[in-house]
Amino acid sequence: MAENDKDPKQRIIVIGASTGGFEALNLILGGLKDALSATLIICQHIDKSARLNYRMIFRELSGFHLHEVEDKQRIMPGNIYFAPPGYHLYVESDGYFGLSLDALVNWSRPSIDVLFESAARAYDRNVVGLLLTGANSDGVQGIREIKRLGGVTIAQDPLTALAPMMPKMAIETGCVDHIAKIQDVAALLVKLINREQISCIGAL
Amino acid sequence: MIISDDIEFELLLEAIWRKYGYDFRNYARSSLRRRMEAFLVKTSLASFSHLQYRMLRDPVFFERSLDEITVQTTEMFRDASFFAALRNEVLPILKTYPSLNIWHAGCSTGDEVYSLAIMLMEAGLYERSTIYATDINPMVLQTALEAVYPLIKIKEMTKAYQQAGGVLPFSNYYTCRDDKARLNSEIKRNIVFSTHNLATDEAFIDAQLVICRNVLIYFDRDLQDRAVSLMTRSLSHRGFLCLGSKESTGFLKAKVHLDVFNKDAKIYRKL
Repeated sequence: MAENDKDPKQRIIVIGASTGGFEALNLILGGLKDALSATLIICQHIDKSARLNYRMIFRELSGFHLHEVEDKQRIMPGNIYFAPPGYHLYVESDGYFGLSLDALVNWSRPSIDVLFESAARAYDRNVVGLLLTGANSDGVQGIREIKRLGGVTIAQDPLTALAPMMPKMAIETGCVDHIAKIQDVAALLVKLINREQISCIGAL
Repeated sequence: MIISDDIEFELLLEAIWRKYGYDFRNYARSSLRRRMEAFLVKTSLASFSHLQYRMLRDPVFFERSLDEITVQTTEMFRDASFFAALRNEVLPILKTYPSLNIWHAGCSTGDEVYSLAIMLMEAGLYERSTIYATDINPMVLQTALEAVYPLIKIKEMTKAYQQAGGVLPFSNYYTCRDDKARLNSEIKRNIVFSTHNLATDEAFIDAQLVICRNVLIYFDRDLQDRAVSLMTRSLSHRGFLCLGSKESTGFLKAKVHLDVFNKDAKIYRKL
């Protein structure tokens, strides 16, 4: 597992969503359109027997490559990845995905905490964590871990969430950098990604 | 700077390998680490170094901890589409053989092995089949051998059996006593349970069918390569290899010895 397999500048955006998530994701991803060169990794709570056609769900996103992750798939910039129903999704430090059928975490598999915590450990400062609508506490511990390891954290404004509990609990930890109304999330992500690119050029 | 936790974790894996011969050094790092951390919390041990100390000095403790380090998730007829492909596309080819050796690698508590046995019975192939069902963990094999399930689980199994295209009453396959159900012994008759470690052991049979589903996900790519090439060596000419629905040989060197038989069902065939 060579460390140099990983592009050190690659920035990943990890997104967690539960109840009401597909509507929220549709708004956000639609707003990103082609303004995105970063990598999006999404954990949406879903029944393990679900067979999803992401192209049908996210019709707006014709320009993006959407994947339901396969084990050991390489993480590539400019792609959107979804955790497969029934599996935990991990980000490995060598730039690959891992899957597991370990016990449920927060009654969920895929679990947002599993994705967020592994992303934070593997990509530390290069992680943006976004927690959306949901009626449980999955992802809250993950937001803490992303913050602790130097990443940027965002919660959907609970007032704009179909199920406010998940983002509300994240905000209560004091580890959330930005609280954004659902209609403003896409613009915020674009701003964060562009700012990162500018600071990279500045560093040269 | 390398974080101390990471060093301790590496040393723990090294210690387990040297003391007990179980090689977890090439397991997929994040998921293994998460299981180990959960185990630390459960045992109230302060660090991986404390865990290492305890494991090195207490073999009984280590044996029990294998349950936490490895993963036991298994279900009857998990992924109906896979079992449908097995029934409709693979078994008709296997039917032309006078006898069948089948290796089920990483069988855990046996649910999927018994699913396979039931399917072979219904296809009229079980009489001439021997299923070698192996797992790294001797304790799960004991559970598999007993084949006793709570009634609530039988209900799930019945549903999964039907979804996978089973048409007989599932109650043909078990007997109830108290609040438990025991699988009939005729299902177990041609199954041999045994320990086998895909990380360290070698090929032991010549098989026409190898099933290893949702086991490779716990390995890193090097170990996946070892395991797939070991399983390929265990296959006879044009034998079948079945992987989990999110696993593939696409990222492995060993893929040169296999061609794709059914892409969606993750069924491969030895070249």
